[in-house]
Amino acid sequence: MAETAVATKTVKLVITRQDAPDSAPYTEEFEVPYRANMNVISALMEIQRNPKKVDGQKTAPVCWESNCLEEVCGACSMVINGKPRQACSSLIDQLEQPVRLAPMKTFPVVRDLVINRERMFNALKRVKAWIPIDGTYDLGPGPRMAETKRQWAYELSKCMTCGVCLESCPNVNDRNSFIGPAAISQVRLFNAHPTGEMNKEERLEALMEDGGIEGCGNSQNCVRSCPKGIPLTTSIAAINKDTTKHLFKKWLGM
Amino acid sequence: MKGNSYLSRKIHSLLGVIPLGLFIIEHMITNYSAYEEGAQGFKDSVKFLNDLPLVFFLELFGIWLPLLFHGVYGLYVAYQSNLNTGRFQYGRNWFFTLQRISGVITFIFIFWHLYQTRLQVMLGNVTHEELGNQMHSITTNGFYFVFYVIGIIAATFHFSNGMWAFLVSWGITIGPRAQRISSYIFMGVFVIVALLFLLSLTAFRGDEFKEAASAALQMTNLV
Ligand code: SF4
Ligand code: FES
Repeated sequence: MAETAVATKTVKLVITRQDAPDSAPYTEEFEVPYRANMNVISALMEIQRNPKKVDGQKTAPVCWESNCLEEVCGACSMVINGKPRQACSSLIDQLEQPVRLAPMKTFPVVRDLVINRERMFNALKRVKAWIPIDGTYDLGPGPRMAETKRQWAYELSKCMTCGVCLESCPNVNDRNSFIGPAAISQVRLFNAHPTGEMNKEERLEALMEDGGIEGCGNSQNCVRSCPKGIPLTTSIAAINKDTTKHLFKKWLGM
Repeated sequence: MKGNSYLSRKIHSLLGVIPLGLFIIEHMITNYSAYEEGAQGFKDSVKFLNDLPLVFFLELFGIWLPLLFHGVYGLYVAYQSNLNTGRFQYGRNWFFTLQRISGVITFIFIFWHLYQTRLQVMLGNVTHEELGNQMHSITTNGFYFVFYVIGIIAATFHFSNGMWAFLVSWGITIGPRAQRISSYIFMGVFVIVALLFLLSLTAFRGDEFKEAASAALQMTNLV
């Protein structure tokens, strides 16, 4: 408004809320005071401080999850203006308003924007995404990893189990048992490690069971969505090659 | 390994190429003889196929059973996807969606096409020699002509894009560059295969295929 001497800038938000895991979702609109360099988390903190809807009515503060605030923990993933991404690295200045926030519905919603990513951690357990080095005696040093290999493997190790790739995948849903892209890429990471490689068949076999790698239908949304730029489709194709080889080896009894 | 979707999906993928992909190429060549050599050429091609040794088993294991498995399991695969091109408008995601849509169209098309041709031969309403005439009556019917054009485009797209996906799923094209080049190649394949099928489809409309339209036609041409 032209006549107002100091126009207070605000941020408009439309948030999809849900009170309990199985209650119906609804939306509420908020308007919070603008500050320079705000991100979605600080906008949510503003609502927490003063939980009033745009019409002035009081409401329960909006729930969300966050930890690192620097896009390395993956806890704050949500759907922001239609795309799944991290709330902490989504700057208000770069978002179209009203900013629409919704939970990543591929996962069970706990409350409001909080989701349960347990299926991803279960997937990592299922494919044994670790390097077994425990023993009853000192096993001594393992083989060295070539520096060139370490460099590309490092890219894969950036995965923060944020769930964005599962949210964008058309084949991760309740009619489909697909494990999702992230765990497949982790199999590639741990199979590339000189010590991890010693158990590579176990990881491949975990992906050759019901709901394994075959669920990938090549929509390639994951690689376009991953905030860490992980080459997920390359990982999937590489593991396709390894599982195919393993399949034939097993058939031929080698 | 009870109910292993990994194996079913792998078999589905393999059958799409061997034998179904090979068959679609063979079918294209046979049909093309109608365009290039006319009614007699088509008759000769059909005869050549029927003279193949063990033609019954070739058809059973090379076409019927693979088609049934690939088709029915394919419908299940399509059912398992949440198409999300509205939210993620990326090229490959469109292809993913189109692959499923074209699969369903192809399923309906092949079902009807088999009913109008192969099944009529089986029932004794049409002989192998009369298949050209049968196609003439189908393609000169406006509704069926359009239906066949759509069916052909869907089937050839499904085949070409399916070949692209096959190479990824079996770990042959791995990096983004390999996958990009392979997608150019198979889109080229799509254009060529679709074109050859469409040319033969228009060839069937020619008068030389007319002759006596068989009685079966009145039955199958519902529209
Ligand atoms: S691969 Fe990328 S998108 Fe998927 S969970 Fe890991 S960091 Fe998130
Ligand atoms: S809070 Fe850790 S990624 Fe956003």
